[in-house]
Amino acid sequence: MNFRWEWEVFIRDTGGDETYLEWMFSAWGWTLSVAGCAWLVALAFGAVIGTLRTVPSPWLERLAIAWVELFRNIPLLVHLFLWYHVIPALVTPLREVPSFLLVVFALGFFTSARVAEQVRAGIQSLARGQRYAGLALGLTLPQTYRFVLLPMAFRIVLPPLTSEAMNIIKNSSVAFAVSVAELTMFAMQAQEETSRGIEVYLAVTGLYALSAFSVNRAMALVERKVRVPGYVGGER
Amino acid sequence: MGLDLSFFTWDLVKNFLVGGLVFSVELTLIAMAGGIVFGTLLALMRLSGRSWLALPAAAYVNTMRSIPLVMVILWFFLLIPFAIGRPIGAEWSAIITFTAFESAYYSEIMRAGVQSVVRGQVDAAYALVLTYGQTMRLIVLPQAFRNMLPILLTQTIILFQDTSLVYAIGAYDLLKGFETAGKNFNRPVEAYLLAAVVYFVICYTLSTSVKRLQVRIAIIR
Repeated sequence: MNFRWEWEVFIRDTGGDETYLEWMFSAWGWTLSVAGCAWLVALAFGAVIGTLRTVPSPWLERLAIAWVELFRNIPLLVHLFLWYHVIPALVTPLREVPSFLLVVFALGFFTSARVAEQVRAGIQSLARGQRYAGLALGLTLPQTYRFVLLPMAFRIVLPPLTSEAMNIIKNSSVAFAVSVAELTMFAMQAQEETSRGIEVYLAVTGLYALSAFSVNRAMALVERKVRVPGYVGGER
Repeated sequence: MGLDLSFFTWDLVKNFLVGGLVFSVELTLIAMAGGIVFGTLLALMRLSGRSWLALPAAAYVNTMRSIPLVMVILWFFLLIPFAIGRPIGAEWSAIITFTAFESAYYSEIMRAGVQSVVRGQVDAAYALVLTYGQTMRLIVLPQAFRNMLPILLTQTIILFQDTSLVYAIGAYDLLKGFETAGKNFNRPVEAYLLAAVVYFVICYTLSTSVKRLQVRIAIIR
């Protein structure tokens, strides 16, 4: 096999007044913004849905179960197409929304179901006495959740949330299917235009790995910052 | 706009969907079988305690798990023709990719499974003068497999959903079938909606059965 590295491909001009290197870094930016915004959506909805699964109201619980099942049993790519092709066709005002936002909601809601399951597990792992103690002190149910249950539950589920955060970076790669100019899209187009697939894919794979690793470190930092002394891995 | 499902006929199912569904199911079953076999081998390598076996296996598993599946699909589609010296179809490329990729995930499940077997079982096997191979084959792996069966099946449902990502290399799977039908009849909105419904029904049914199975085979300790 006579293969020669040709890393110069990255300083080549794309024909659009930038080099492939510049294009790749802007694509990386898109990947990070899609993943970052989707993560915020996932955390917000995941926390609410996960909480609803533990409240003493069968209707809210059923609603939360339906949400989780809906997002767990349909592939992410199909969700993406629903947001990109179906919802704007049915809800006309959404036609003006850029595909970036549609991807953020598709990916965010998809991940929110997973976050919700973690949050539920976290709340259910708390001793029942915590809830009773909160209520006995005269806190309302929302206050009990806000000040007693959720702060502990979130700390408990930080490790699984870390892997979800890393997953969301990896899953953001499906955005290529609706033409968001993120890393996978860049990889496909740059390899087509330059035929230097190996160099391009290696660089892109490296950036994905670097992003996931940084998320891992960042979450580890959060974990250290918020740990409670004498509880949940507080004092070693 | 209103939805119009009148285009959805038996002819359409026959012409566009059956082929795609068959490929998706084939891909899932082959990758599951291959993934469990290779995954078990990888797990045994990692648990062997010999670093020249454990390190490469760990490196392989961790690399696969840290790359987005879409990129893995693209990598294999690029590299396989390079390695075998001739072009390969998207379908075959997908089968090889998913087997290799899922091996990494199944291997983590099997590793947990092997570790879930109590130490005394291995000691007892050795005390009965079974060899390492016999111990694994007759004592440890059957128990590991049984303990992990629900998780292995859940992973297979995830695998079935992930097969839709062969979209990246244009293989003709279930989703592609719906998309092609939608394009041909100029009804993309209905086609994608139906795709979502079909995936949901399949995956929901499967995951409900896995839950039932889990209750039935649970060992009371």
